[in-house]
Amino acid sequence: MNKEETIMNTRREILAGMGVAALGLIGLNAAWQGLSGKMPSTSANWDNRDTLSSTPFPNVTLYTHEGETVRFYDDLIRDKVVAINMMYAQCAGICPLATANLLQVQNMLGERAGRDVFMYSITLQPEQDTPKGLKQYADRYGIKANWKFLTGAPEDIELLRFRLGFFDREIDLDKVKENHTGMVRIGNDALKRWSMAPALAEPHQIMATINHLDPKAIHTYEEQPT
Amino acid sequence: MKDNERDVSQDSLPDGPPSGSRRIFFKTAGAAVIAAPVMLTSSKSEAQVVPPPIGPSPATTPWAQSLPDAFDLMQKADLFTDPNRIPQGEANTNYDECGRNSHQRWNEFFYGPVLNNDPLAGPVDQVDLYELKAKEVSHVFNPAYPAQPVWNYVGKNLDGQDYYNPIFVARYGRPFIVRLHNELPQNHIGFGTPEISMHLHNLHTPSESDGFPGDYFSPVKAGPTLNKPGKFKDHFYPNVYAGFDEFPKGPGNPVGGDSREALGTLWYHDHTLDFTAANASRGLASFYLLFDHLDSGDENDPNPAALRLPSYPYDYPLAFQDKRFDASGIQIFDQIDPEGTFGDKITVNGKIEPILNVASRKYRLRLLNAGPARFYEFYLVNAAGVVQTFDYIANDGNLLPAPLRNQTRVRLGVAERGDIVVDFSRYPLNTELYLVNRLVQTTTRGPGAVVAPGERVLKIIVNRTAVDNSRVLNTLRPIRRPTADEIAESPVRTWVFARTRGLWTINGKLVNVKSAGAHIGIGSTEIWDLSNPNGGWSHPIHIHFEEGHILQRFRNGVAVAVPAHERGRKDVYVLGPNERIRVFLRFRDFLGKYVMHCHNMIHEDHAMMVRWDIEE
Repeated sequence: MNKEETIMNTRREILAGMGVAALGLIGLNAAWQGLSGKMPSTSANWDNRDTLSSTPFPNVTLYTHEGETVRFYDDLIRDKVVAINMMYAQCAGICPLATANLLQVQNMLGERAGRDVFMYSITLQPEQDTPKGLKQYADRYGIKANWKFLTGAPEDIELLRFRLGFFDREIDLDKVKENHTGMVRIGNDALKRWSMAPALAEPHQIMATINHLDPKAIHTYEEQPT
Repeated sequence: MKDNERDVSQDSLPDGPPSGSRRIFFKTAGAAVIAAPVMLTSSKSEAQVVPPPIGPSPATTPWAQSLPDAFDLMQKADLFTDPNRIPQGEANTNYDECGRNSHQRWNEFFYGPVLNNDPLAGPVDQVDLYELKAKEVSHVFNPAYPAQPVWNYVGKNLDGQDYYNPIFVARYGRPFIVRLHNELPQNHIGFGTPEISMHLHNLHTPSESDGFPGDYFSPVKAGPTLNKPGKFKDHFYPNVYAGFDEFPKGPGNPVGGDSREALGTLWYHDHTLDFTAANASRGLASFYLLFDHLDSGDENDPNPAALRLPSYPYDYPLAFQDKRFDASGIQIFDQIDPEGTFGDKITVNGKIEPILNVASRKYRLRLLNAGPARFYEFYLVNAAGVVQTFDYIANDGNLLPAPLRNQTRVRLGVAERGDIVVDFSRYPLNTELYLVNRLVQTTTRGPGAVVAPGERVLKIIVNRTAVDNSRVLNTLRPIRRPTADEIAESPVRTWVFARTRGLWTINGKLVNVKSAGAHIGIGSTEIWDLSNPNGGWSHPIHIHFEEGHILQRFRNGVAVAVPAHERGRKDVYVLGPNERIRVFLRFRDFLGKYVMHCHNMIHEDHAMMVRWDIEE
């Protein structure tokens, strides 16, 4: 635990010192565009501290379509009920349908979105999907606040993809990005309980799985009062 | 009532991505090169691109603990003590029952909306009442591992003590009401979810008592097909033969239904949507044995019609589960990996490498593969590894028309059962035998080759003598095979079990407990054509509620013989790689929603299941 706290404190100091939290979309994109070369991974900071946990999620740095810099576990997962899918802006297959589906889920969540339940879409093509590009994608689909589209260093994204179960043991199938767009990973970090729903399921069905994992929801198949 | 459609197969979705998307990917790759903000640069990457292998379970101490010589019998419950909670047809939602559908045909059995224990008002001795509590309890799998929390169904034995995962003994013609309380820790952390839906596999049970996956409940949560949470749920098990409408109850048929449809070795387990593997693996599973005039459970039965098979306490159920343990000996289950966790330890009635002491006489051993994912091929061998023979009398809990003599193996996909009669009188006292599994398996996808000598999972010691009045006759239970006309007249429904985008599909679709994939007229017959057009994995397919007859088996498109033990009635149909099975089914007596699913519970949870409804 001490090591964990040290790492977290170090991270906070770095962020505070560099003023990252104040960075807006323009500033962040400037940072993205102003640098060249291979984007380094931040997963070295993941120290595999919770070896007894069944959900060893790495604490990599990700960038949101709204210009935030976030740590995956600390900022997005810890103690939260989450629904996570993977997509990419150029995906012409089921991604648009999945996004439209999840938008309906967000509508059903109402005020619970961003308060009780957190929605994330992680790009499978971080080389192409910049925060700005994801912002354009979100705008195109009419995505509202409290749903973060995320990109990051390709190695970090790849690590997350495996840790979140968006993989296939058959390499030929694993190589096809669209094969990883069919699932919404749904979980409750506080309870260390994880499930999934098909991304193309009826929105009510995805909601029922979210409600199953959200202790505040009683009726899994009814819209919840907000 | 026949479905007029001759072929009601559903269209499959394309199972690959449109080819255009990959072209777009390659065309645009490299268009936007991004880099990290400099302040977040870290040292060199340690990202892994494969899931870390889980280490093997630590070593266990074999043959250091014994199973009981006989299983405990259950004490009935008195559900009349609380006048507000007497079992009733409607869900008792005012007094803590979850919002289930009303019990079907309740009044036919109980002559009123609420059970009556007043001898002046009506039939009194009309039902057996039992009570179970799903609870977290402490359990030792093996002396080498620490005691740890598991989830069990807890009843009472005849001494009034807690009885973990009790074995029900039921009899045709005596309905049961089983009240299940959910007392699991609602703040539970880790695999498993504290909502439950108890399925009794494969009783001819009305839908609302079947343990439909969407009917999960807890005091604070209601599954998608329930309308209210609750602290308990009453299950109505009529214990009537299938064919209740066709062969009504009457003076010549006191039970009601077709006695050729009798079930024998059943099991009950949690079936909560998306969490069956986790919850059943945590321990929510046990047996339900069902007897009638023929298989009467009494080897001294004076009734000349009785089979007099080896009976209690020489009738012994054995459940096998695969489990994985971490370095400290605590059970683990990966909820994230789409292929779950492969169990490298095999428990027998909850114990790893236990001993069963037997008398030198005939035993009926009821073998159950209770999952979540492994297949087994069991052999009985002596200490020198020499294979021993036995009679195979029942598959999937159903007595075969005739015993299969001198058998040497029992192969079981998940949820399959095999009843065998072993004559231990052939062995001198103190003989040691082993039940070994020779089926090699290394992933949850399916089994590999059969390799001797196999892994010893149970040690059997012949340690005493006992009287034996049991027998295994040359005929067991008559079977009602479908006629050629029935087969010709039955519509064919096609079900394809495959994998799409990392998930397990049926006809290209994933489970939706709110929407039926098939609507079937009550009283109709159908042929279900099940196929697994892939070489990579096996699917033990379970169809709830009705037993079926395998008409044909195909491998790689070529008809192959149906194995002898599969020529009775079945409820689990193992589809090996590139296999196809045609099954004849009747849909009788009760309406409502049921499911078919892969009983590899990891596939089932990811989401290889389809709801089907019996309708008027």
